[in-house]
Amino acid sequence: MQVTLTVNGEVVTREVEARLLLVHFLRDELGLTGTHAGCDTSNCGACVVLYDGEPVKSCTVLTPMAGGHDVRTVEDLERDDRLDPVQQGFMECHGLQCGFCTPGMMLTARALLDAEPDPDEQQIREAISGQICRCTGYTSIVRSVRWAAEREAADREAVDAS
Amino acid sequence: MQVPAPLEYARATSVEHAIALLERLGEEARIVAGGHSLIPMMKLRLTHLEYLVDINDLHDELDFIRVERGEVRIGALTRHRDLLESEALVPELPIFRDAERVIADPVVRNRGTLGGSLCQADPSEDLSSVCTTLGASCVIRGVSGERVVSMEEFYRGPYETAVGPAEILTEVRIPLRPHSSNAYAKVDRRAGDWAVVAAGAALWLDDDGLIADARVGLAAVGPNTTGIPAISEALRGRAPSEEAFAEAGELAAAASSPTTDGRGSAAYKRHLAAELTRRTLRRAAERIADRALERESA
Repeated sequence: MQVTLTVNGEVVTREVEARLLLVHFLRDELGLTGTHAGCDTSNCGACVVLYDGEPVKSCTVLTPMAGGHDVRTVEDLERDDRLDPVQQGFMECHGLQCGFCTPGMMLTARALLDAEPDPDEQQIREAISGQICRCTGYTSIVRSVRWAAEREAADREAVDAS
Repeated sequence: MQVPAPLEYARATSVEHAIALLERLGEEARIVAGGHSLIPMMKLRLTHLEYLVDINDLHDELDFIRVERGEVRIGALTRHRDLLESEALVPELPIFRDAERVIADPVVRNRGTLGGSLCQADPSEDLSSVCTTLGASCVIRGVSGERVVSMEEFYRGPYETAVGPAEILTEVRIPLRPHSSNAYAKVDRRAGDWAVVAAGAALWLDDDGLIADARVGLAAVGPNTTGIPAISEALRGRAPSEEAFAEAGELAAAASSPTTDGRGSAAYKRHLAAELTRRTLRRAAERIADRALERESA
């Protein structure tokens, strides 16, 4: 069947099997391999993408269900050669080791900061509680998201001051 | 790699259209909403379906929380996240926020729906217990019109409901009565895991402060514990007291038939059934008292 959806701001149309999972559509049809396929059972959250701005586990969405919707993957976080503050935070605070969970973690962090620009540790831990990291013990991820929150707050202040 | 078997997909443009599709496609067709129970089951080939009818576009008809006089109506497509965040539900039905905090995880809650949870009828699922505890009824629509069934009639056992092949659950109706409150509690091992045991309780008091009605529902301790009538019978007419709640806990344990597994031994789960029953009844009683105080001071 034919499916048309927006991925990272571009409208794409493809002929797909109805059973194709969104994670495989992104990786195999569009070559966007930043989205990782982890547990296949909607537990680990490696496959999280933003679906109309909200994090969803793309291993549990059929591609046709995304038809007409707006999907954003980790490839879209960097814009105009500038890393998203969340990406910078993960670099600054060592928010990753192996990197497998990182795309999903960063997208959930992006959605959290869009909704709540100044989350406390508990709010960050709750937001990422559906995603598993086997390296960091989460502490450095929480720190990375806080780093991004503070950077964005400073950027906003700078804009207000100017 | 887990993928579902080949299937056909159709997107419904109205409830009527969804029913017509189900009618035409027959028993191998099923509604998909959030898909977070159904799609994993299809991947594991635990369920075989040839057609999926996607109802995610039917916001106008199926996605709502309406607090009305004497009744709360919740559309079947209401997402877990909206149930969790709804301020409108908190005063009368705080049990929803209690339960939703511990259902799956925030990402899954962005997709999963009330109707999907009830129609899945997993015995470890929370909202079936919540709705049964509240004395809710379910509105089921088919070609020949609408019918309303109680949660007891709706839930027929694990993975079985009263919804027929060409029917759709459209909304849940919860009666509101004065001097009442409710609560939910779950013990789980980690975020997003199934419950070891969960319990919901609802209390309704009469004008003299005695228990007019009480309901308790359990999850994950056996096939038929979403409502435990023996507890209602034992508590009616009594004062809300620790003694009465402890007795209800014993009845809850007796009604449970848990199995020993990786989440705990049967004995531990039975202990939890009693303890969580006691805690949620106590919490419901406290909430009734708190609201009475608020009203007095207002």
